[in-house]
Amino acid sequence: MFLLPAAIFFIAFFILPMGRLFIVGGSGSRGWSAYAAILTDAVYFNALLATLGVAAATTVTTLLVSGVAGVFLQRHPFPGNRLLVSLLTLPLAFPGVVIGFMVIMLAGRQGLIGTLTQALGGDRLVFAYSLAGLFMGYVYFSIPRTLLTIMAAAEKLDPRLEEAARSLGASTWRVVRDVILPGLKPALISSGAICFATAVGAFGTAFTLATRIDVLPMVIYTEFTLSANIAMAAALSFVLGAVTWLVLALARSAAGSTVAAAG
Amino acid sequence: MNPVPLAIRLEGCARTFADGTRALEPLDLDIRAGETLVLLGPSGCGKTTTLRLIAGLERPDAGGRVLFDGEDVTARGIEARHVGMVFQSYALFPNMTVAENIGYGLRIRKLPIREQRARVGEMLAMMRLEALADRAVDQLSGGQRQRVALARALAVRPRALLLDEPLTALDAQLRDTLRMEINLLLRGLGITAIYVTHDQAEAMALGDRIVVMAHGRVAQVGTPRDIYHRPASAFVADFIGTMNRVRGSETADGFACAGGRLRLPPTGRGAAAVMFRPEDVRIAADDETADLAGTVTASFYLGDRTRLFVDIGDECPLTVESSARCTFRPGQAIRLNVQPDGLLVL
Amino acid sequence: MPPLIFSLQLAFTLAVCAFLIVPVVLSVLAGLTVNYFVGLESGLTLKWVIEVWNGYRDTLFRSVGIALACLALTLVLGVPAAYALARAKSRLGRAFEELLMLPVAVPGLATALALIASYGALSGFRTSWAFILVGHALFTLPFMLRAVLAVLSAIDLKTLEEGAASLGAGPWQRFVHIVLPNCRDGILAGSLMVLTLSMGEFNLTWLLHTPLTKTLPVGLADAYASLRLEVGSAYTLLFFLMIVPLLLAMQALARPRRRRFIPADDTDLAPLALKP
Repeated sequence: MFLLPAAIFFIAFFILPMGRLFIVGGSGSRGWSAYAAILTDAVYFNALLATLGVAAATTVTTLLVSGVAGVFLQRHPFPGNRLLVSLLTLPLAFPGVVIGFMVIMLAGRQGLIGTLTQALGGDRLVFAYSLAGLFMGYVYFSIPRTLLTIMAAAEKLDPRLEEAARSLGASTWRVVRDVILPGLKPALISSGAICFATAVGAFGTAFTLATRIDVLPMVIYTEFTLSANIAMAAALSFVLGAVTWLVLALARSAAGSTVAAAG
Repeated sequence: MNPVPLAIRLEGCARTFADGTRALEPLDLDIRAGETLVLLGPSGCGKTTTLRLIAGLERPDAGGRVLFDGEDVTARGIEARHVGMVFQSYALFPNMTVAENIGYGLRIRKLPIREQRARVGEMLAMMRLEALADRAVDQLSGGQRQRVALARALAVRPRALLLDEPLTALDAQLRDTLRMEINLLLRGLGITAIYVTHDQAEAMALGDRIVVMAHGRVAQVGTPRDIYHRPASAFVADFIGTMNRVRGSETADGFACAGGRLRLPPTGRGAAAVMFRPEDVRIAADDETADLAGTVTASFYLGDRTRLFVDIGDECPLTVESSARCTFRPGQAIRLNVQPDGLLVL
Repeated sequence: MPPLIFSLQLAFTLAVCAFLIVPVVLSVLAGLTVNYFVGLESGLTLKWVIEVWNGYRDTLFRSVGIALACLALTLVLGVPAAYALARAKSRLGRAFEELLMLPVAVPGLATALALIASYGALSGFRTSWAFILVGHALFTLPFMLRAVLAVLSAIDLKTLEEGAASLGAGPWQRFVHIVLPNCRDGILAGSLMVLTLSMGEFNLTWLLHTPLTKTLPVGLADAYASLRLEVGSAYTLLFFLMIVPLLLAMQALARPRRRRFIPADDTDLAPLALKP
């Protein structure tokens, strides 16, 4: 009974529209083969590859950065620690457009990096309006999100395990490899998956940086507005939704099973 | 000023859970007005289910009836049964202070504010909680929480108080103190109380009558004295206290067994096993009059007494307690006397 | 741990922090600088902020309005749903919970296209801000649900409710007296999250909006694309002014509170003075 309002809202505005989207995707000039176009059509397939590539690079980089910083901040309560955590998680809910603008501030035509490289006597380095800029934006976007998850997981690591490993003669790197990383694994998998999924589906950052970056969300947007090819846009976005959902589902079962195995 | 205590009757109350497990076989039970009845048994024996049936937190399977003073209340939920309940984890509301917790039932009953205040003050005083009235419940120690839970259940002046393992979450010493307090409280109020526990010492100390339960059935109902000295089954005998069991055969002048002969009064049934408690065994003063002979296999010094395990050649060693100040060594030969009136044949 | 490793890690963490914060500072400065290309020596001014305020304040008010409406909607839909899900630990409940999380997993573009494909023909609805509101509520509902659910599953809700029932409280009284106050922290955290997300939502909104229902992020995207850097920055500055307090409040709330538990102080446990 308490569930009813949410259920009605959700069915009316999500389940039914998603079903409709699926039908619309098959109603264009290509018919149902529109759903295969993402693999058969070179333009879409390349966009898919670029999207997955950027997302994968973002995920790996973010996990490395957040992993090192997160464990460090969790372990060392030095003065200013709290402030650092605050600053690092501040951009938590910045929208994609603003992230795009932050990238422009750093690597755009009037950006800091360009100014610095020029001052150092080199060429003015500008990469905001390319895949590299998009990558930078996604990393910016993902760090605050993953950091909190990793810090929470690092807090739960049992220090006695590390002490045990040390007592058996393990070096710092062995401890990291054999104790800390396995302990963080579920958190790394789940936050990595969220990071990947957001990078695959995000649109605002790419939109702000340039319309020339051919990642899948941009292609969908172009199909929808410029080419008015609504069927293709629907088919592509349905596939995109399915891919992200799949990644998250896989990650959850992987993280879940590791948790179970560790317990 | 105390409300008239409630008589409770369960008729054919069984309880089967949705997954098909039978938590309680059909049970008939009469709880007299004003008595303290303890439901005792190992975990999973159905004692908590019985309590929850009385409370109205569970419904019996079809055919079962719960009667309060002869009135059928089976269909009523707990909120309409007017019983007080103390939960194992206390279930104190973390969003309310001590005083607000105690007054919650009065607030629900829409008593005039002045009377609510007076009643809460009375309960705070009775439980010696005045100084804590405005504390948050997460600032209380275990014992304090326990008393708030009691005060809250009693504030509405219920005609019966149900307590679900109320002392389990506390450490041993505190448990002893609170057990005594609860005992005094229940006697003083003259309220009908149903108390669930798995601790036999608690059951002995508190119960006017004890219901020993096992596997969803009642194993025995009786006074603590009955249960201890006249157990109805081997299960009850073993569950309450320590019991020695010796096999052998009844003869014309007693009971012949490994290690000697026990002075068993004639039973006329040809007993094949007898049981007795450790405290009914004495270390024999002279070898001539001893009932049993054996060797000490282990001895544990407990301070006020020494617990010995004695092998008399039967399957299990006997447990014997001695308050003598001498020491015992494993392997040492020992002779024992068993009081004839402590011998029990099932 | 050797001090060298400590210093390296600290330096690294500081660098990451700089990566996140420097552009924010730059953008704030740019919004207050007369000419960013020339630099700070061109002087500080509020000119750009005022220009943005005059030209775009309707987007700001609309965003706040939608965010508040979205909050109301997610509270009404989400809190009871979380309560129901916390009580019913069935497989069906789990499945429904998973379903409700879908709008976060599925890209906003897909959700927006689905909404347009289904309801785009209802022009009265399509052109009103309620269309955007529906999208925002879909996207933010899971956050409210999860925040409340997290708190509800951390407390022993069943026993607390049984306790209240034993004192005579009916279902509605239990929900109001016991459930709601005890998930207050979850509701608060969820509310801040919903407000922040709704205020910054772009992926869905860009497709759902019409020229008359522009929100703040939509306006931002416009400004970045067509106006000078200083105006974009000033606009961003306004956005920061709105969203940073929410983010700070969220951080303050998330910080674990020190438990004020007083351990076993049972010195006052003299036998009760009975008043039979």
